Amino acid sequence: MNLLGLIEEIDKADPEFQDRISPRRDAIKNITSFGSKVAIASLPFVFSTLFKKAYGQTAPSATVISTLNFALKLEFLESAFYNAGVANTTLKAQFSATELAYLTEIMGHEKEHVAFLQSVLGTNAVAQSTQGTNGTYDFTAGGTFPTVMTQSATFLTVACAFEDTGVRAYKGAAPSLIGQQVYLTAALDIHSVEARHASAIRQLLYARGVTIKPWITGANDTGVAAVNANYAGEDATVQDGINILSLPAVSGTTSATAATEAFDMPLTPAQVLPLVAPFGVM
Amino acid sequence: MKTETEIKTESVNMARRSFLRYAGTGMAAAGLMTAASCKKNNYGPPVNTGIDIGIGDIGILNFAYALEQLEAAFYVQVIATPYSGISAYELARLTDIRDHEVCHMQFFKAALSSSAIPALTPNFSAINFTSRASVLAQAQAFEDTGVQAYNGAGYLIQSAAYLGVAGSIVSVEARHASFIRNLINPGSFADTTILDANGLDQPKTIAQVLPIANMFLSAQTQVNASNYGYIA
Repeated sequence: MNLLGLIEEIDKADPEFQDRISPRRDAIKNITSFGSKVAIASLPFVFSTLFKKAYGQTAPSATVISTLNFALKLEFLESAFYNAGVANTTLKAQFSATELAYLTEIMGHEKEHVAFLQSVLGTNAVAQSTQGTNGTYDFTAGGTFPTVMTQSATFLTVACAFEDTGVRAYKGAAPSLIGQQVYLTAALDIHSVEARHASAIRQLLYARGVTIKPWITGANDTGVAAVNANYAGEDATVQDGINILSLPAVSGTTSATAATEAFDMPLTPAQVLPLVAPFGVM
Repeated sequence: MKTETEIKTESVNMARRSFLRYAGTGMAAAGLMTAASCKKNNYGPPVNTGIDIGIGDIGILNFAYALEQLEAAFYVQVIATPYSGISAYELARLTDIRDHEVCHMQFFKAALSSSAIPALTPNFSAINFTSRASVLAQAQAFEDTGVQAYNGAGYLIQSAAYLGVAGSIVSVEARHASFIRNLINPGSFADTTILDANGLDQPKTIAQVLPIANMFLSAQTQVNASNYGYIA
């Protein structure tokens, strides 16, 4: 058993491995204390204990659970939304083949995200039946989007708002998962997929003649005032105290267009909830 | 003769070191860990001749700064010498992307200040800038790898502010990736060549990303991450 070779290999895969097993870490302290007297025969046992302590997925903290459950609620909404849209014959008749293919692809991912978060949360996962009316959503958001299931343009607008807001929500939740390799990385891996979706929906809107880019210019660039709140703050031009407008560009300094497009802005769960509550997220 | 002597000395050291490594008895677990930090091979520590990103949040920001330098230089070249047959739409959006990457690069340079790694010298000799297929394939690789790099390094960031801004940037890279992919092959914005079966982007470690980046950097400005298991 080449323990040191093993450590080298682990170290390559996880650069923080040595920190994890540091005797300064509380979880490790009590096992290293008897380490100095340990006999060679029991080394494998020590290592096994060390590994469990370093990587053991003990019950996730309440913060992790509530953060991931909030993500799950948003995925429930998105998943149900695409399911309803793709199954709706009135809408289907209005979608181009490309649009239907994109929406179907996205629908599949949202379903996978739901299943993934449920598997991560296990028995801590909220049930979809707790959302909306016994699990059924109001996609008109209390009448704000009355034609969401009859006019494909409205459906795509709401899809765009959902994806852009989803990106903001995952981004806003990330700080509460700091240092949590497994959970933060999972959230980031979903976050970037939501951004791929947002970009794709925006490309569909552009192809329909809407003046919109795959990235967010300024604040609400969708042309639909009803989603103003979803884009509030996207026009920020200061990041971590640095004024982006003062930074050098290819010529001169950075334009407001580039400065706002180059950074998507987060929303905290408390900011996201009022945006999705009218659909039934609670 | 001299060389032979050195080899002999080395092998003696090796034998002694091996003995210490495997003797075990009486060795504290903490001591074992220290011994493990003498890594890589039995011929002494590798020489770190390139640029090193450093450690901690500064290290992760320098890692991002290196990637953004590369992306910015790439798109500056794309716009300076547009590929043949480029449409007005493609030129406009690729110019946007250039401006975003330059902006990201300048942000990291400003945020890192005196801790920033030096300016890197790209080597794009493998890219045919006159060919749409070559440019877009490379753009896709840079964007997808950028997403995987930020996703993989995110958990190493300790500061909420830095994690926040990295998040603000990575989703824009993902928007780029989606756009470029659809230019190449409509509908491939998030297909199974890039996502896993859970519909997740697949993160890459620093040690997986830097060898890819270094393929496009001059021999003089190869980037290392000695604290994250990678030396070019």
